[in-house]
Amino acid sequence: MSLVESPLSKVPRQAVQAGKRKGRGPARYSALDIFRRGVTHADWPRSFRQHELRKSYDVVIIGAGVHGLACAYYLAANHGITNVAVLDKSYMGGGGSGRNTAIIRSNYLTPEGVRFYDRSVVLYQNLAVDLNYNVMFSQRGHLTLAHTDASLRTMNWRAEVNKLQGINSSVIDAQEVGRIVKYLDVSDRPRYPILGALYHPPGGIIRHDAVNWGYARAADHLGAEIHQQTEVLGIETAAGMVTGVRTSRGDISTPVVVNCTAGWATTISDMVGVKMPLITHPLQAAVTEPVKVFLPAVIVSGSLHVYVSQTDRGELVFGASVDPYPSYSMRGSLEFTEAVASHILELIPSISSLKVLRQWAGLCDMTPDYSPIMGITPVGGFLLDVGWGTYGFKAGPVSGEAMAQLVATGCVPDIIAAFDLARFADGRLVGEKGAASVGH
Amino acid sequence: MILINCPNCGPRNSSEFRHAGEAGKVRDVTTADPATWRRYLYEQDNPLGWVTESWFHTNGCRSFLRAERHTGTNEIRWVLPIDDLGDVTERAKGNNP
Repeated sequence: MSLVESPLSKVPRQAVQAGKRKGRGPARYSALDIFRRGVTHADWPRSFRQHELRKSYDVVIIGAGVHGLACAYYLAANHGITNVAVLDKSYMGGGGSGRNTAIIRSNYLTPEGVRFYDRSVVLYQNLAVDLNYNVMFSQRGHLTLAHTDASLRTMNWRAEVNKLQGINSSVIDAQEVGRIVKYLDVSDRPRYPILGALYHPPGGIIRHDAVNWGYARAADHLGAEIHQQTEVLGIETAAGMVTGVRTSRGDISTPVVVNCTAGWATTISDMVGVKMPLITHPLQAAVTEPVKVFLPAVIVSGSLHVYVSQTDRGELVFGASVDPYPSYSMRGSLEFTEAVASHILELIPSISSLKVLRQWAGLCDMTPDYSPIMGITPVGGFLLDVGWGTYGFKAGPVSGEAMAQLVATGCVPDIIAAFDLARFADGRLVGEKGAASVGH
Repeated sequence: MILINCPNCGPRNSSEFRHAGEAGKVRDVTTADPATWRRYLYEQDNPLGWVTESWFHTNGCRSFLRAERHTGTNEIRWVLPIDDLGDVTERAKGNNP
């Protein structure tokens, strides 16, 4: 099924240049503006508007997370398609986009994956300027520790694939790891001593809420509508094509629906009968009280199932592997806290008296090959941007850009061609397990 | 954390068990063409609601069990040995022995 015949190709496009804002949007944020409002005590304008749900849209995006909002932004900014509704059953950025550990990197295992995630890093580098929103992207370096010969072998494999794609990525020994991160225990004391690491200097962390809000604000300025508290109850089809969406706030007619719901992707795809190879698992994370900045890089350990970074505020953010059974429940568990605490103290013994402030969980729609599912489905006009597992946030910008191009042109962009749904039936899996998770 | 009432060992923490997937998937290696085989391998129901699934009691009786669980709340209605087909509808009403 091609999108080319969809009514969208007849929609008149506004000649909107990339980044150019239409209408009377709020003032651009600037240092001068902060000073002026500081002196005059003037209120800041709302970042985005609220709307009545209209009867018809050119494109309906389900899920107002980073993927849905980025898709709406690039549809407007790159392709001039602004009659777009982004629907969310809860609040903006309340799913995985606000629950991840905000790590950005591109040192993946397959050439397809490396190309894809590296485009995202490039877009993230320019995002603050593009969106006029400080997303606090800090490229502080990313270390994936190896504790066994097997993982060191995988690190070398990844480093060679990365270098071929022009990514700054190399394997370093334990002493070098100790020079970069002073507080890491690189001795042979731990049960699993550090043998080396994959060092990826362009990797880092970002403020995930700012990315969501920045995309929402920019998409709203360009004309897209964001509808929070609007749950999709059903999707109407006729003759194998999408015709509309039923929501908790009324019915909409639309020729194109983009499923950007990550953990809940199966529940949306079920509405049009598209069977998904997804299993939804909770993934837990935790944050400690803030302390003086001491951790200069993102630390990941696959063998110990833990990753840690320090925010600009000084809090340590921990993540782990997904919970060992499928669930849509986002409750935390004591097992997680115990495991993360014991594993992180193997790496950094000096933080044993730090207190955990809070823990939470987000939903991950795991695919069999740890790569996403993007592109067309057997139902015309029903597009997928799902299967985001534990690596969705870092792919937000490139996914939005590619999905917008797919919607606007009807052709699957090369950068996501390998991630189609049909690969499972055809046996063309894109195996990223060795680089995408800490759960192996 | 889920409490699983093992029919052999009594109520135990889910960390003692290994989740073994959706129950009732059947493979027929003699007739399956590649497409059927890959559907068996990869496609999942993954519903938000009640599911019947298999668990393996790794750190206990080391036997496979069948259970009905709600994936939204993790509430478990009943747990049975894998080969006990029993009266599932009665148990669903809460009449768990």
